[in-house]
Amino acid sequence: MRIRSIAAMGSIAVIAFVLIQSSAGAQSAPPLAATTIPSTQLIQPEELKTLLISTGAVQPLILQVGSRVMFDQAHIPTSEYAGPGSREDGLSLLRDRVKTLAKNKFIVLYCGCCPWSRCPNVGGAYKALTELGFTNLKVLSIADNFGSDWVSKGYPVAH
Amino acid sequence: MRIKRVSETRVLALRWAFTLLLLILVPLAGAQVSGTESLVGQKAPELERRDLIGKNLDMAQLHGKVVLLNFWATWCAPCQVEMPVFAHWQEQYGPSQLAVIGISMDDDSEPVRKMIQAQRIGYPVAMGDAKLGRRYGGVLGLPLTFLIDRSGIVRARFQGETDPSKIEASLRSLLATH
Repeated sequence: MRIRSIAAMGSIAVIAFVLIQSSAGAQSAPPLAATTIPSTQLIQPEELKTLLISTGAVQPLILQVGSRVMFDQAHIPTSEYAGPGSREDGLSLLRDRVKTLAKNKFIVLYCGCCPWSRCPNVGGAYKALTELGFTNLKVLSIADNFGSDWVSKGYPVAH
Repeated sequence: MRIKRVSETRVLALRWAFTLLLLILVPLAGAQVSGTESLVGQKAPELERRDLIGKNLDMAQLHGKVVLLNFWATWCAPCQVEMPVFAHWQEQYGPSQLAVIGISMDDDSEPVRKMIQAQRIGYPVAMGDAKLGRRYGGVLGLPLTFLIDRSGIVRARFQGETDPSKIEASLRSLLATH
């Protein structure tokens, strides 16, 4: 009985996932995965935290490219909301924010909505900025989510 | 002979202690904290909002039912896998026993309406915001699911992609309690 119930749940989940993926594919291209970002372009949370609290270090422009609702709950101090990188309107907002900046401006992108391999936002945002010619770009490597990998560690947070 | 009896008693005592520890720890396994505050063991915060068809969502009116409260978003892939399972549970366990409520953390409601229609989600879905997120201990990663008992106390919190059978095991134990 229990095995049958688990099998039924598994089937529902698999069928739903396939349907969602196929319908999403028919509407627009899937978001670029975070795993497409070269590992050399990643910055670890501890490294960024150290940078933020160090005096004299060149501070980056930090852009959150995920959800506005999540940004409003908690974000990295000095960071700005720049629109979700998984959507064209979000990418337009991001391009608009950086259009007057020097191409060697130190920029850190982050999201933290979901586990790294599932994040729909940072991949597209990173690609958009590299295509614009930005050369001093890092993406915050968030393994699980912003809550676990930043807030719960006691790193600086603004509300 | 006496030494043997004493050591047997100690082994038995240790076994009982171990079993007791397991009994305490196992129900807490689903209550992993990875945000800011777990809320497990506390009264579920009020929702104070209407769902997408305008119906008031009030925690007080849900007393007597087990509540599965799921924070999700249209851009969250694992969320989209869970939702049809939750809809199936709502049908399976019935509205008199279980109330599934979805809270979308999307920035706007249009893609949410489209998705719940496409997925044929029958349970109520409301739009969330930063205020509600903070009230629920910080919704800083999705999916996030709370199980709330019949008297309105949060009993489990599941952060991130979770095996549905784990959630269902906790859900069943709450449904079995009257």
